Amino acid sequence: MSRIGVFICHCGENIGRTVDCAQVAQAMGELPGVVHSVDYKYMCSDPGQALIKQAIKEHNLDGVVVGACSPHMHEKTFRKAAASAGLNPYLCEMANIREHCSWIHEDRAEATEKAKGLVRFIVEKIKYNRPLSNIFIPVNRRALVIGGGIAGIQAALDIADGGREVILVEKESSIGGHMSQLSETFPTLDCSQCILTPRMVEVAQHPRIKLLAYSEVESVDGYIGNFEVKIRQKARSIDVSKCNGCGECTKNCPNKKIPSEFEQGLGFRTAIYVPFPQAVPNIPVLDRDNCALFKGRAKGVKKQVCGKCATVCGRRAIDFDQQDSFITEKVGAIIVATGYQLYWIGKEQESEILHGYGEYGYGTIPDVIDGLQFERLASASGPTGGKILRPSDGKEPKKIVFLQCIGSRDRAKGMEYCSKICCMYVAKHTMLYHHKVHDGKAIVFYMDIRAGGKGYDEFVRRAIEESHALYLRGRVSSLTRNGDTIRVQGVDTLSGEPVSIDADMVVLATAMRPQPGITSLAQKLSVSYDLHGFLNEAHPKLRPVETNTAGIFVAGACQAPRDIPDSVAMASATASKVLGLFSNEQLEREPLIARVDRQTCTGCFHCERVCPYGAVERFEVKDRKGNLIKVIAEVNQGVCQGCGTCQATCPSKSIELDGFTDEQIFAAVNAL
Amino acid sequence: MSTSSQPLALSAGTPHNRSLSAQILDVTGLDPARCYQCGKCSAGCPMASEMDLKTHEIIRLLQLDMRERLLASESIWMCLTCETCTTRCPNVFDPAAVIDALREIVLRENPGLVPRRISAFHSAFLDQIRANGRVFEFGLVASYKLRSGALFADVDSVPGMLARGKLALAPRRIEAIQDIRRIFEQCAMERPR
Amino acid sequence: MKVGYFPGCSLHATAREYEESLKAIAPALDLQLEEIRDWACCGATSAHSTNHLLSVALPARTLVLAARQNLDRVFAPCAACYNRLASAQHAIEHDKKVASQVESILGASFGHPIGVLSIAQLLSEMTDRIRSKAIVPLKELKVACYYGCLLVRPPEICRFDDPEAPTSLESIVTAAGAVPVKWDKALECCGGGFSLSRTASVVRLGRSILRSAKDSGAQALIVACPMCHSNLDFRQRAINRSAGDDRPMPVLFISQLVGLSMGLDPVRLGLNRHFVNPQPFLSTISAGRVEHREQA
Repeated sequence: MSRIGVFICHCGENIGRTVDCAQVAQAMGELPGVVHSVDYKYMCSDPGQALIKQAIKEHNLDGVVVGACSPHMHEKTFRKAAASAGLNPYLCEMANIREHCSWIHEDRAEATEKAKGLVRFIVEKIKYNRPLSNIFIPVNRRALVIGGGIAGIQAALDIADGGREVILVEKESSIGGHMSQLSETFPTLDCSQCILTPRMVEVAQHPRIKLLAYSEVESVDGYIGNFEVKIRQKARSIDVSKCNGCGECTKNCPNKKIPSEFEQGLGFRTAIYVPFPQAVPNIPVLDRDNCALFKGRAKGVKKQVCGKCATVCGRRAIDFDQQDSFITEKVGAIIVATGYQLYWIGKEQESEILHGYGEYGYGTIPDVIDGLQFERLASASGPTGGKILRPSDGKEPKKIVFLQCIGSRDRAKGMEYCSKICCMYVAKHTMLYHHKVHDGKAIVFYMDIRAGGKGYDEFVRRAIEESHALYLRGRVSSLTRNGDTIRVQGVDTLSGEPVSIDADMVVLATAMRPQPGITSLAQKLSVSYDLHGFLNEAHPKLRPVETNTAGIFVAGACQAPRDIPDSVAMASATASKVLGLFSNEQLEREPLIARVDRQTCTGCFHCERVCPYGAVERFEVKDRKGNLIKVIAEVNQGVCQGCGTCQATCPSKSIELDGFTDEQIFAAVNAL
Repeated sequence: MSTSSQPLALSAGTPHNRSLSAQILDVTGLDPARCYQCGKCSAGCPMASEMDLKTHEIIRLLQLDMRERLLASESIWMCLTCETCTTRCPNVFDPAAVIDALREIVLRENPGLVPRRISAFHSAFLDQIRANGRVFEFGLVASYKLRSGALFADVDSVPGMLARGKLALAPRRIEAIQDIRRIFEQCAMERPR
Repeated sequence: MKVGYFPGCSLHATAREYEESLKAIAPALDLQLEEIRDWACCGATSAHSTNHLLSVALPARTLVLAARQNLDRVFAPCAACYNRLASAQHAIEHDKKVASQVESILGASFGHPIGVLSIAQLLSEMTDRIRSKAIVPLKELKVACYYGCLLVRPPEICRFDDPEAPTSLESIVTAAGAVPVKWDKALECCGGGFSLSRTASVVRLGRSILRSAKDSGAQALIVACPMCHSNLDFRQRAINRSAGDDRPMPVLFISQLVGLSMGLDPVRLGLNRHFVNPQPFLSTISAGRVEHREQA
């Protein structure tokens, strides 16, 4: 016969005002199997816990039920108390008579009856509880960072400086991300590359960071502490062990007219190229789609076309037959820091929910550019040597109109959210323009100014008061070509006046979106994402850098639009989570997970099919001679989240959750 | 822009209870709270230069429940229903439909506020439909001139129209004219005076 | 192809040439226009500006009549009538309250939805045929396609072509063999129903449309709405006078251009009914003569 102790908490007035706790305690005391039943003002307090510990010893309890608040609040507290008195913590459970009872009812008599039912429910369940022990799984104390922009770089450096090995995977040929394309950063107007490149070099030289550039994650298996990641190292057509970065191949490549991605289409590059001079690693990559040799091969030409780069390479490092290669890395934690891309206003969009801006010409009007293109114009190392010039004819624009909220805050175009950084970088652009073109006029069309960071509002005021940017409040209705200028049809709502401007150049502050391919990466990681592809955090307020997949963290703009300081802070936060995870050799988990009865399991694997976490594995049952008898299901204790779907599905009742067996559940239900 | 001598009394009952917004929501299914006053509608409105209250200001007065000023404005009668604002509004709001709904409220509550020439045109036009089922343009113009007092405008174009065969001299009435008249009655048409 | 045909009030009077040209090109296009029997006015601007229910009930009656004639689709050559009919169809499908009110007013119930077509939609379906019947070379003829407001907007009602960068009229013009020019006022309002009550507005709006068309090198303006035609043709003298620019810009209905490509007689296409003389460009494409009356 059970020896259960019941403790009903008043929780001050929270429960006691609505539920007659003394009555509930008394009623529970009369249940068969309950040998001790009391009520008390504050069970979670030290004296309250002492009551439990005392009762366990005095009455030799084999089960404890605390009728109080939600288990989310104090299950750990009471289990710890029970364990310290020598009772297995999983023989202690809570009945929620606060959130589920006193907080939602007003009638005292009804609430008291309901509280009795709720506690009785748990009492009957606990009669079938078995003692359970926590599970320990080993942790591989290496980390993987996906994405080599500023967030990924920061996370990798923090973890490596914390004494752990990091693998940094970056899909482009060099790390640095979009920050390497910026001219100057707000609010300090620091030269972007000047503050970024030292970090990039640090990454390359750090003994604990393994840098895999021009590589992508191919597949991810496993679970927290024990991930197995297959990485595709894409073929550069260069043997990286031989290349010394001399640059002769790039200098001699005859195809010099390929639009450069780094220059956002405003400049050119060669077929074999390094994206920018400060690239890390400083190893070129051969763009086979634009290479004469490979085009010749594709056409089936027998004689090799071109091949100039191989001819001039003193180290014989060019390898036209190089293939993608695969490596597998075992890591214990993964940080996703893949950053962003900018929306463009064209008619073709990457998803059905997005629309382009026909009213702005769908991107066909010359000299209508986006923010990153303006950054390249303003950059000293950019295609115009830092001069602000029109892409169409190279003339200096005397009047530039900046439009904020392009795509952002626009339900009609499919993106209701604010992209956070645009108000700041538009102000910055007006200042850069003013510094370079003293007689230039900058006009900004805005709806609101969002400048919430440190020194941010002051920065925008400088743009208006010192750089004399004209800020007009209103969205622009249309952009049309007017000879070689752009007719801007807008409004200033503050004065109520429609405004018509003939601009030499228009810069659109377009919405921030996650990188293309984010959804397929997220699926490989089993991380959820929203309708735009931004990765979901575990809790928007209190767990902003974790995901709902244990062991996988997010940093930077891949989770939501974000500026550099916040991305860096978030990256350091993920590093601290990872180092915390790695602070023990083993990970302790609650044992409330599924278990297979090896005797009765027939190996139908319905459970494997329905498990949302992929936690069901296969186990071979063999006889003493080693012959295979049957292959049955087995639960991976590191992955199982205890959802119970397998238990509901199994036709032979061979798989159940420890702590929530059918027996326990039916006993509880029958108690009502 | 402001023409009132008193500050907006938002602490009293109306306009704080959004009664005009509620009326518009009921009739059109559109909630004026959706509008965040970006002004894109006014920026693209072909009549903006002639309107005392621009499109976004009309919606703003609606949001603030400034009933008298709004219903007395001439600007709401200048909308061409060109649908540019509706097509471009980032909040998928429909200012043109809201303006139509405001017009209908004016006609119901205080038809004398409708500008004379516009009132004359709509009356003349609808009378034509009620009389013949179709608009007989000669009759339309004649009726409009009588109502509006714009007796001599376009008179010189009549010979040109006639010579090009563009003016029918007699109306043709449809057979089921009673159906049309019944439609009018049942739609409880308020004739602008 | 057979479609229900809703001429609308102006096609029998001020825009007679629009119907003439439509009826002229229909046989070659294998197009049967079955007129809705005893049709009534769609209500135009005056109905929707004064009474929402009336603005749905009047065109809804036409849709009911079409259904009774076993017609699946109704073609309305006037862009305003087209927009009113399509709006009524949309209201019937999406506003249950209005739909049931209108059903009881009309004493009829709505069955399956009736397709409502504009001239742009209708002729777009026939570009192959138009191309095969185009026997008069028009490649010297540059035209500016003017859509006006209501042919492709709002997109939820029209559900056809692009409301900011439409191409349907250009594809019809190209099929007919002429050359559409790029210009920036294709969707700007002509002033619609303000022709009588606010003529000055129509003149102001017409100024920027005509200037842009003339500056783009077009020899003619192609329209698809009797109201637009009237505002830009009948009112062109006033517009040109106020702009101080007497370069004439003939205004043609799209159906007239298609008819010219087929080699039809310009008189049969009603080209003699315009206020702005189309003869100058008719001569360049040797399309015969029309007797033009100068505006008094």
